[in-house]
Amino acid sequence: MKVFIEKDKKEIEINFCGSAGSLLKKLKINHISVLVVKESELVSEDAKLGNNDKIKILSVVSGG
Amino acid sequence: MKCLRCKNSAVISGFCKNHFCSYFETKVKTTIKKYNLALKTEKIAVACSGGKDSTVVLYLLKKFGFDVCAIAIDEGIFNYRNKTLTELKKFCRDNKINLDIFSFKKEFGYSLDRMLEKTKTKPCTVCGIFRRYLLNKHSSKFNKIATGHNMDDEAQSILMNLFLNNSEILVKLGPRPGIVQDEGFVPRIKPLYFCTEKEVLAYSFLSGMKIGFNECPHIGKSYRHVVRDCLNDYESRHSGTKKNIIDNFLKMKFGNKSEKMNHCTKCKMPSRSELCSACLMLSQLKKC
Repeated sequence: MKVFIEKDKKEIEINFCGSAGSLLKKLKINHISVLVVKESELVSEDAKLGNNDKIKILSVVSGG
Repeated sequence: MKCLRCKNSAVISGFCKNHFCSYFETKVKTTIKKYNLALKTEKIAVACSGGKDSTVVLYLLKKFGFDVCAIAIDEGIFNYRNKTLTELKKFCRDNKINLDIFSFKKEFGYSLDRMLEKTKTKPCTVCGIFRRYLLNKHSSKFNKIATGHNMDDEAQSILMNLFLNNSEILVKLGPRPGIVQDEGFVPRIKPLYFCTEKEVLAYSFLSGMKIGFNECPHIGKSYRHVVRDCLNDYESRHSGTKKNIIDNFLKMKFGNKSEKMNHCTKCKMPSRSELCSACLMLSQLKKC
């Protein structure tokens, strides 16, 4: 699975199958401060993600 | 999880895309009405940074039929403000909204980056002072200045001012901040007061706004940054904390009118309820 983490401006590739919430836990990201986008669609934390999905983690916090 | 109002999948706050947008817009409309933030006959300047919060305020006030104009301040922060202002200019052009930009360099002779070379005062303090000054100065022809402050910003401000013993600033907070009225001050309003930062981003995303992630390079030096991370950590473990902070602040500011003291029907001690907490607890213990 390819995961783009917006705040860090980096893409990582990991083996993962499970919910969006579990992915955030695995990556040690606080679910309060992000949104998860799967194939350009916003998904909830209980949405199932597959290993071939392209995921974006958008940062909620911004400054200024 | 299904949407609370239809059979589609929920994406945020228990709602599908369409019902979330409707819920969000209703919440903003209710805040404007309940706190008498603005009238359709008034001219409103929206203080814009190009970020998601102020852009959503600008978009919604226009959508609701208010007479809006965007005002932006270019502080002169290298490799940051130029990016957000480019996005703002495009948004205003696409949505046919008038935009005025005023810069620190032109108004004060120095960009923020240059000012910070000359003072040891924290960047956010310097920036905030001059930004508020310029916004007020150039909004004199407007009835209100709308800002993009959301629930997260407000909960952070309440805690920061409590922690720093700034009660004189604390009492000014709220959806319609300020306690002193002066013809030289344009009243400010915060239509996103009851919307979390996460909801604002979700709304901007679902409404198709193309707003990139931009973070001020000075954010790491601010006290807000520390409080923000602590509060997000706390919220993740105790859901509803931010809402409780602002609800309690508003109760203290506007008074809790429901407060009335009665007496316990059993022991006659003062109590808000029919039975005082001690008698209630004792009766529960006797049942176990």
